[in-house]
Amino acid sequence: MTTSIEQLLAEQPYFKGLSASQLAAITGCAKNVRFEAGEPLIREGEDANEFFVIRQGKVALEASAPAGPITIQTLGDGDVVGWSWLVQPHTWRFGAIAMGLTRAISLDGECMRRKCEEDHDLGFELLKRFSFLISERLEATRLQLLDVYSPPPARGLRR
Amino acid sequence: MTSLDPMAPVPFRVLRTDRETADTFTLELAPDEGGPPFGFRPGQFNMLYVFGKGEAPISISGDPGRRDRLVHTTRVVGAVTAGMGALKKGDVLGVRGPFGTAWPVDETAGSDVIFIAGGIGLAPLRPAILHVLANRRRYGRVVLLYGARTPEDVLYRRDLRRWRAELDMDVYVTVDRASRDWHGDVGVVTALVPRIPFDRDNCVAMLCGPEVMMRFAVLELLKRGIPASMVHLSMERNMKCAVGFCGHCQVGPHFVCKDGPVFRYDELARLLKIREV
Repeated sequence: MTTSIEQLLAEQPYFKGLSASQLAAITGCAKNVRFEAGEPLIREGEDANEFFVIRQGKVALEASAPAGPITIQTLGDGDVVGWSWLVQPHTWRFGAIAMGLTRAISLDGECMRRKCEEDHDLGFELLKRFSFLISERLEATRLQLLDVYSPPPARGLRR
Repeated sequence: MTSLDPMAPVPFRVLRTDRETADTFTLELAPDEGGPPFGFRPGQFNMLYVFGKGEAPISISGDPGRRDRLVHTTRVVGAVTAGMGALKKGDVLGVRGPFGTAWPVDETAGSDVIFIAGGIGLAPLRPAILHVLANRRRYGRVVLLYGARTPEDVLYRRDLRRWRAELDMDVYVTVDRASRDWHGDVGVVTALVPRIPFDRDNCVAMLCGPEVMMRFAVLELLKRGIPASMVHLSMERNMKCAVGFCGHCQVGPHFVCKDGPVFRYDELARLLKIREV
């Protein structure tokens, strides 16, 4: 028995709770994709024309650095990769590569923006979900910036 | 207790030293001249006295089932721990302890157990993990979430490999930053909490790490429905006397040295929000 892409989308935590008509609308923008280990999903600086929902696998978000790419965060099953498709100028700010064989659903950004314009209820629902995602990632980034595991300042302690 | 007088250090001899990471090391000690065996409960700490340098509170990180060996892992942060790090096999240091409260490993038998450690915070949790694994059948699911700064800062690599290989324990390790050579997770340890399976109605969580990390990890656990009374944290303060006389380690009304270092989260929740505390 094959699973339709609509069913696959409905199973993703990110799309849980959407109505059947909203899911059907999104399905028109979706396709199944797979990436081999080391293959890029997105490249920093390029046009952000899509985003991904990871079905199975692991993806590293990367930033370029003089000494080579630095992994900022890893994402796994059920996670969403990319929100630049939603935010102007629709350019990837970071890169993402598959850390192993990764199966995902790709959603066409232009198609998704059009659907959101046509159906503002869908647009607002997706905006709420992406805002939540962005706030979660921002919180995590702030924690990483705090560098909480670094050695504590001496503060005069003799320890 | 190693001595009838809690203020009098008892001599222990260094049996072995291990470099864990660039700035952390492990000392394995035994009572000097065949002293009595040393018992402790997981989560307790000792005051280690480096002669000529001073004394520092260090969590016990060894196996509570082994009373012939005392194991401490610590990081070099000042003169005393630097002196400790310079000790060699055969050297002697003073030990006072064990002090403080323990992880609730016996009271929570039958529950799922979640350990969340950050950085050097894995050291005080290690005895609890070893105890749970030694009594594995008495517990439900066992999960360890461990966050470190970089792959090079990951503590107890040999233990982590062994625990991960145990088919009935889930071990997740994440680092804050890494190059492409690292194939594990990158991101904050708190982000792992939503992924792990556990029975929120029959579960205990034990956390040790930087306070900021613990605060955010607790929020994630509470979001998942774990009662605050089933969350336990180990606090770090500047313990001096270790017996509740001097007040150096106070957190509000609590002396971390004798009322802690392991606290139930609901005992501390209000205090953790007060910046001055």
